[in-house]
Amino acid sequence: MPSSNSFLSRKTILAFLGPALILVAVFLVFPAFWVLYLGLTDQALTGVRAVSPSFVGMKNFNIAFHDDFFYNALKISFIFVIGSAWLGQALLGLVLSVILYELKGPIKTVVSGAAVLAWIIPEVVVAYLWIAFLDKDFGLLNQILAPLGVTRVNWLYAHPVLAIVFFNVWRGTAFSMLLFSSALETIPPSFIESARVMGASMFQRFFQIVLPQIRAILLTDLILITLWTFNVFTPFLLTGGGPSFRSEILPIYIWRTSFKYFKLGYGSSVSTILLVINLGFALLYLLAQRRKKHV
Amino acid sequence: MSKAARIVLVLFLALVTIWFALPLLWLIVTPFSKAPSLGISLTAPTLHNFAEVMKARSALLAFKNSVIISAGSVVLVVLLASLASYALSRSNFAGKELIITMLLIFSSMVTGVAAMVPIYALCQKLRLIDSLLGVVLVFSAGFLPTAIFILKDFIDRVPRAYEEAALVDGSKGTDLFGRIVFPLIGPGAAVVAVLCFVNIWSNFLVPFILIRSNSKIPSSVAIYQFFTEVGIPRIGLISAYSLLYALPVLVVYFWVSRKYGFGFFGGLKG
Repeated sequence: MPSSNSFLSRKTILAFLGPALILVAVFLVFPAFWVLYLGLTDQALTGVRAVSPSFVGMKNFNIAFHDDFFYNALKISFIFVIGSAWLGQALLGLVLSVILYELKGPIKTVVSGAAVLAWIIPEVVVAYLWIAFLDKDFGLLNQILAPLGVTRVNWLYAHPVLAIVFFNVWRGTAFSMLLFSSALETIPPSFIESARVMGASMFQRFFQIVLPQIRAILLTDLILITLWTFNVFTPFLLTGGGPSFRSEILPIYIWRTSFKYFKLGYGSSVSTILLVINLGFALLYLLAQRRKKHV
Repeated sequence: MSKAARIVLVLFLALVTIWFALPLLWLIVTPFSKAPSLGISLTAPTLHNFAEVMKARSALLAFKNSVIISAGSVVLVVLLASLASYALSRSNFAGKELIITMLLIFSSMVTGVAAMVPIYALCQKLRLIDSLLGVVLVFSAGFLPTAIFILKDFIDRVPRAYEEAALVDGSKGTDLFGRIVFPLIGPGAAVVAVLCFVNIWSNFLVPFILIRSNSKIPSSVAIYQFFTEVGIPRIGLISAYSLLYALPVLVVYFWVSRKYGFGFFGGLKG
């Protein structure tokens, strides 16, 4: 387009673009690179090593790869992602959106409304709601289970991973559900109608018509929620990573080593590992978006 | 669909909906309860707990800090993002695609969790620890890429004919943005402002890491401190305060979903 540069001079472009790019460069891009360097030092939060840290090479990474707590955090993060994001949010979101698509009507508003409320309320508040819900002595869950013969359980203490997994399914399913719902709306109704006329059951219609049509969206959804779930800090507000590190996902491990044990350098090396994982998913996302555009 | 299958599906939906609603019940009941506990205790409603909040200076101060942080970030993000996305939309310089790709990669990769350590260290170097400005700058930088993508989409759809006409009338290039384009992208700016506000108002980690003194913490950190403080947690106060703190987000949410439908939030929050 020859006329595309005609409104704005080079100076104007620079003046308009500059402030935003500088802010992003300083507070978003620079930290991502600086963390690579910090991870190679013994930078501390306080004391001498806070002012004049020294270069220690790969020592921090060596420590991490020999630290049982690091593997513990990695393992719990994996369980958390597979349990709450894949089996939880994505699957439940898909099932809900397909059922709502089949049923239609005002029931959709009620279900979406409840799910979206769980998703939109600030994290500190939902964490407190779940602390109350799961409380051993007063919590609503134990009160509901009591008539069924279940004795009181201290959920956050006895089953911390299960608790944060269920919490996160509750918290995040709305996103996948809304995404799939809007994808389903784009399927031409005639596809499904003709299958129905030909006598295909709901399951046949789902696997042979609906699923192939929303495959790309399903992939996008999985990439995004995996990335987000790996990086969610809310379980800290529920369990603090405990009891005795049993629900310590990677983000809480980074916080504990850096800000509770003051080892910023070590925390940086673990952050680097998380950033590399994130970069992988970000590139996957980019690739999926590109492919969607070109198809 | 057979009748039986329909009944099974509706039953399943009902159970899931109840599951979503149960934990929320506490937030509706307890703030108005005379005997607030972690359980659901239905009593004659009272506003006593809200009166407690009004007496708690630290709670009110935290609310004010939340307003300052959110308002500051929203203004900064909308202003800088609309300028930047206008420049990106109406030009074709070398490296433009690279900038857009880099923004996309870094904004999804550099999360608050992954960057909490370097962001803390950076703010320490810049003397921005325990400063509301520091929190505003970190939030704004984090949200700018998303805001730019949304606004660029809006500006791309504004026909250039308006600007061309204004140029013929003798307007300068820099005037085009303020006089013509910005008023036209009002809905886009509103979308960005809403998303930015909801995310920043709710965020816990960034101020938790960057703010030291009790007089500067926002509501998210204040609520966390209320229930981790030693002694008996003041459940009445916490529940009422939590409801007040969640209210702006709920109001914005109801307003937006009435106007645009639930789908609005899909794909944008994160």
